[in-house]
Amino acid sequence: MIRIDMPWTLQLVVVAFLLFGALVALIGSWGLAKLPDIYMRLHGPTKASTLGVGCTLIGSLLFFSHQQDGISVQEALVTIFLFATAPVSAHMMGKAALRRRLKSVPGTRNVPEK
Amino acid sequence: MIAVVIPIAMALFAIAALLNLYRLAIGPDLVDRILALDTLMINSIALIVLSDIWMGLGMLFELALLIALMGFVSTVAMSKYLLRGDVIE
Repeated sequence: MIRIDMPWTLQLVVVAFLLFGALVALIGSWGLAKLPDIYMRLHGPTKASTLGVGCTLIGSLLFFSHQQDGISVQEALVTIFLFATAPVSAHMMGKAALRRRLKSVPGTRNVPEK
Repeated sequence: MIAVVIPIAMALFAIAALLNLYRLAIGPDLVDRILALDTLMINSIALIVLSDIWMGLGMLFELALLIALMGFVSTVAMSKYLLRGDVIE
């Protein structure tokens, strides 16, 4: 189990980051499960989940920077990697969905011709 | 305060992973399943980081970085396969 020898203000900041990140990631996955269309479903995880995991990693960075000596930069590395690669993978999945001519809900504008 | 909040956050991420598994099971097309697997990878990174804080180790970041790398490369490879019918041309 973890030792609690941190000032309570820093604990409050870490707790706020962790809870906000978990809530945002849950909302993103809920959007993935609920939305009706692949082009809508791409929005939920690729934005919300990245923000959620980014907030969780920032909370972890604050925690371990206090627990250990110096700033722990490994979480920042993971965060930067996730922020750089999430739009690329989302773009590739969107291109694959367009290439397979998946159906969109009625009312979508600029649908490519069959 | 942190010892109370970390199980709550892990439970929220576990519910998110269950929703991803639901979409992975019912996904009508392959692209939905790729998206569900990618999101599952991202949620598992968060679970690993939270368990790292919970155990107080401070040495599981390499695991998180490796899983992030594997998730990105596998997502791009599967999307590229669906786009072109070939991974490396």
